[in-house]
Amino acid sequence: MATAEASPSGNMKTLQVKRYKPSENPKKTYLTEEKGLWSWLTTVDHKKIGLMYLGSVTFFFLLGGALALLLRTELLTPAKTFIEADTYNQFFTLHGAIMVFFVLVPSIPAALGNFILPMQLGAKDVAFPKLNLTSFYIYVIGAVFTFIALANNGLDTGWTFYTPYSTDSTSSVIWVTLGVFILGFSSILTGTNFIATIHKMRAPGITWGKLPLNLWALYATSIIQILATPVLAITLLLLTMERVLGMGIFDASMGGDPILFQHFFWFYSHPAVYIMIVPGFGIISEVITTFSKKHIFGYWAIALSSLAIAFIGFLVWGHHMFTSGQSGVATTIFSFLTFLVGIPTGIKILNWVATLYKGSIEMKTPMIYVFIFLFLFSIGGFTGIMLGSLAADIHLHDTYYVVAHFHYVMMGGTLIALLAGIHYWWPKMTGKMYNEFQAKIGAALIFIGFNMTFLPQFIMGSQGMPRRYYNYIDQFTIFHQTSTLGSYILGVGFLLIAWYLFRSLMSGEKAPSNPWGSRGLEWQATSPPDLHNFDHTPVVIHGPYDYHKPMEEFQLGLANSHNGHGHAEDIDVEKVSAH
Amino acid sequence: MGSLFDFMLPELKSPMTGATTDALMGFIHIVSFIILAGVTVAMIYFAIKYRRRSDDDKTPLITHNNKLEITWSVIPLLLVFIVFGWGYKGWLNLKSVPDNAYEIQVSAYKWGWTFSYENGAQVGNEVHVPAGQPVKLVMRSEDVIHSFFVPDYRIKQDVLPNRYTYVWFQAEEAGESQVFCTEYCGTSHSDMLAKVIVHTPEDFENWLSEQSSGGGGTPAERGENLITLQGCVTCHSVDGSQKIGPSFQGLYGREETMSDGSTITADENYIRESILDPGAKIVEGYQNQMVSYEGRLSDDDISDIIEYIKTLEE
Amino acid sequence: MANHSTTQTAHVQHHFVDGDQQFDTAKLGMWVFLVNEILFFGGLFMAYIVYRAWYPELFTEAALELNTFWGAVNTIVLIGSSLTVAMAIRSAQKNQTKGLKINLLITIGLAIVFMVIKGFEYSHKFHLGIFPGQFYSYEGLQHAQAPIFFSIYYMMTGIHALHVIIGIGLMMWIYVRARRGEFGSDYYTPVEMTGLYWHLVDLIWIFLFPLLYLIE
Repeated sequence: MATAEASPSGNMKTLQVKRYKPSENPKKTYLTEEKGLWSWLTTVDHKKIGLMYLGSVTFFFLLGGALALLLRTELLTPAKTFIEADTYNQFFTLHGAIMVFFVLVPSIPAALGNFILPMQLGAKDVAFPKLNLTSFYIYVIGAVFTFIALANNGLDTGWTFYTPYSTDSTSSVIWVTLGVFILGFSSILTGTNFIATIHKMRAPGITWGKLPLNLWALYATSIIQILATPVLAITLLLLTMERVLGMGIFDASMGGDPILFQHFFWFYSHPAVYIMIVPGFGIISEVITTFSKKHIFGYWAIALSSLAIAFIGFLVWGHHMFTSGQSGVATTIFSFLTFLVGIPTGIKILNWVATLYKGSIEMKTPMIYVFIFLFLFSIGGFTGIMLGSLAADIHLHDTYYVVAHFHYVMMGGTLIALLAGIHYWWPKMTGKMYNEFQAKIGAALIFIGFNMTFLPQFIMGSQGMPRRYYNYIDQFTIFHQTSTLGSYILGVGFLLIAWYLFRSLMSGEKAPSNPWGSRGLEWQATSPPDLHNFDHTPVVIHGPYDYHKPMEEFQLGLANSHNGHGHAEDIDVEKVSAH
Repeated sequence: MGSLFDFMLPELKSPMTGATTDALMGFIHIVSFIILAGVTVAMIYFAIKYRRRSDDDKTPLITHNNKLEITWSVIPLLLVFIVFGWGYKGWLNLKSVPDNAYEIQVSAYKWGWTFSYENGAQVGNEVHVPAGQPVKLVMRSEDVIHSFFVPDYRIKQDVLPNRYTYVWFQAEEAGESQVFCTEYCGTSHSDMLAKVIVHTPEDFENWLSEQSSGGGGTPAERGENLITLQGCVTCHSVDGSQKIGPSFQGLYGREETMSDGSTITADENYIRESILDPGAKIVEGYQNQMVSYEGRLSDDDISDIIEYIKTLEE
Repeated sequence: MANHSTTQTAHVQHHFVDGDQQFDTAKLGMWVFLVNEILFFGGLFMAYIVYRAWYPELFTEAALELNTFWGAVNTIVLIGSSLTVAMAIRSAQKNQTKGLKINLLITIGLAIVFMVIKGFEYSHKFHLGIFPGQFYSYEGLQHAQAPIFFSIYYMMTGIHALHVIIGIGLMMWIYVRARRGEFGSDYYTPVEMTGLYWHLVDLIWIFLFPLLYLIE
């Protein structure tokens, strides 16, 4: 182990750096340091909290997925197949509410983000570890409220809670709105934590220009969480009060306006779409560079487009309401702005494809998911352009075309990115490898099943099949049946993934610290990492995508004694790397 | 040019409202398809051409390329401006009702539609219109938000309580088109269907005058007409089959068990109360789903309906 | 194993390099949280703006039912408490534990005065039958949308009052810790964070007072 000293020059702080190989890490890991259920429930370690989120998100995903399969089964025949109309309405409401609020919103930021963010920063933990654990329990409490609603009359309003239907409904709207209200605080606190962490806890040498794109994405996401979620909270509070006190704010007969509710609701729920998808962009940037061994193409374009999406995303909520009766001026402006938000997204896709050019591409499972993502998400994006254009949206609004569109974006985008992320960081999180062959079969099943489920929905939606329909007219039968068959394939795919990941936990091969040869900081720690990630605050000399430099240079520099905490100006990186 | 994707759309029966929509959708589909194919081919080509040959592969440092990035930002930007302008034009057309439009009042309720004509005629779940003339529908809802959608005409508009919204179309030929409700409105949302029936102008005049001279007949006949018109049949069958509410067949004089355990013989007063205050007494095994028809049905109407129900013996 | 830095003391949590970093981080986190609070009230202000634009005459009439005098007194009380909480932080920075404790107690006292006055205002309205929404039964102001104005009034002032109560709790907790002598010039982060929170509570009231009470 060599010890180096950067010579002081001017006001530069002195920095002693020694080289450090991952294999020299202590063998104790965060999983073995403390054991037992209690240590998990009371942990403030961001890695364990991340895994607890991952477990909860998986549970809710399986629940929401099971509901989806029941819905698809009911739609095998035009009339009743095996459940009543009211049951069907409850199922699609719960499928939507669970998938949006309990799966997609927390999935990448709270589960993978919690695990990876401090490691990519070279920090020991997030800024407020106790708050982080609190967020998790707030999420659990929100879930409990929702289960109370389930046991007590369910919910039949659709996940959008449109008034006046939701103020008249006899189902337990209040329990669910309170549940989602509480859940919102979990999201807000996570966002607060991430922003403070990214600003203040970067290891020496990580300038904003060396921040991994995953963190730019999480940063943009956190901004949306902070700015949008409180508005959802107040909207749901108003809806609750409307039911309890009959306030009349959303009640047309009392001088209120049901469309105002839609404005309030979409002011959160449209940016929420970006809370779900932007972190997915981050994962794609990490995986695509690792498996093509190449510097990302257009670092700043990708980083700043995430922020652009976050900000423009706040100005487009009215595109959910083109047919609602909102004013014509509003409709025109919202349509225009919607197209503007499409541009940064398109730029990202092209940048990713350009990154592949002259790379050294290895089609491991995470990379396969990235390819699937690029294909499916592009379709989601193009159909989004279709729905943003006024005349076409009038025809397509609230049909299966919209259903297919947001499944291509949310499932083909976010969920596929999540799968890419899980497969990518699985060795880091668990210290185990999974069966590559089975994983590829799983990815193929997902791809085939997904397209078979949702491509027919574009066609039938375009032909006029409305969404949220229990019965349908005969001409749509063939599309519904194909779609249902596809959903079963999709279900088998997910079961296979659950199976081999479980096998990997039990008897998987031990993972090396950096199985993919990534230059990312998180891969320079052991697999699984030490309790405090790096044990020493690392000094970062090279960027996370410097694949043109040899791997040996990516051994960590350890700051022996320094007083700074990650401010770029504290460190003369050139001097350090020159050694 | 967009004919490649024509299979996705139903036959266009109101070119005045739908032609722009169809052309625009064709354009977006074609352009999207070309770009998607390009991206996919590039991805797969790169994945094969630049596949990893050894673990020591050297990759060049390409950080960015301003020319390329500006090109692929500006071209899509221009494309979406075209799409925006085109969509805006189509939408303006959908919002601009021609002066000579024939006006029909529409009332939406859970779960059906009532169409009222200027001469007082009312029809339930069927709207009869003349071919070759613009028709304007002025719509309001009795309860929650609904939405009026005719795929064949490419038109859709939400129907709101306490506010009027409108939509127009011009069917060119006699025939039928399907109407859907596209805003989720509860149990029978998916049964809230209607038909547009297009007549030649002469047939339409005949049909309309028949309707206005209608309203005659026996009380039971008027009652039969009313329960279709007011959508009662959406939830109450007349043949004994199970729907959301109890069947009308054999209802009169039947002994019903209520949800509170009491029993009641269905007589005139019970039926009248159930129409005006549906929540007062609920038959066991059913939910309180019905809205009050107070103000929508006159006392005479209610008597007519009761007379009709009396004729429905088991 | 190398040590991180020189200023490793008891109050610095394990994952921070030093006290400065911990303080900066906490402060940034608090500001982010305050932004989120403003957005939360922003939703209510939005509802207020929309309905005021639709029913301007109602808002003028209904504002007359609110007691401007006691509203003004409450405004002064809260501004005063903002001053004392600022003095509390100053005392902590200067190691004056006694001043810190006294200023905290005055702030808590003023907050309680605010709540008592608010309580009298509410009970007077309930007495008249001014309840929110469908429970509204006041004869003096017959306007079809009057229940909406008072729903907004109760929501806004009610949620604000909830924030005051949380603030009282926080300051009591800070007071207990101050008595244990936990704060001094090298560590006063919780005092400063509570102070920031309290300024926000004050600021929101400064918006609520003219918007609800002083409409002409």
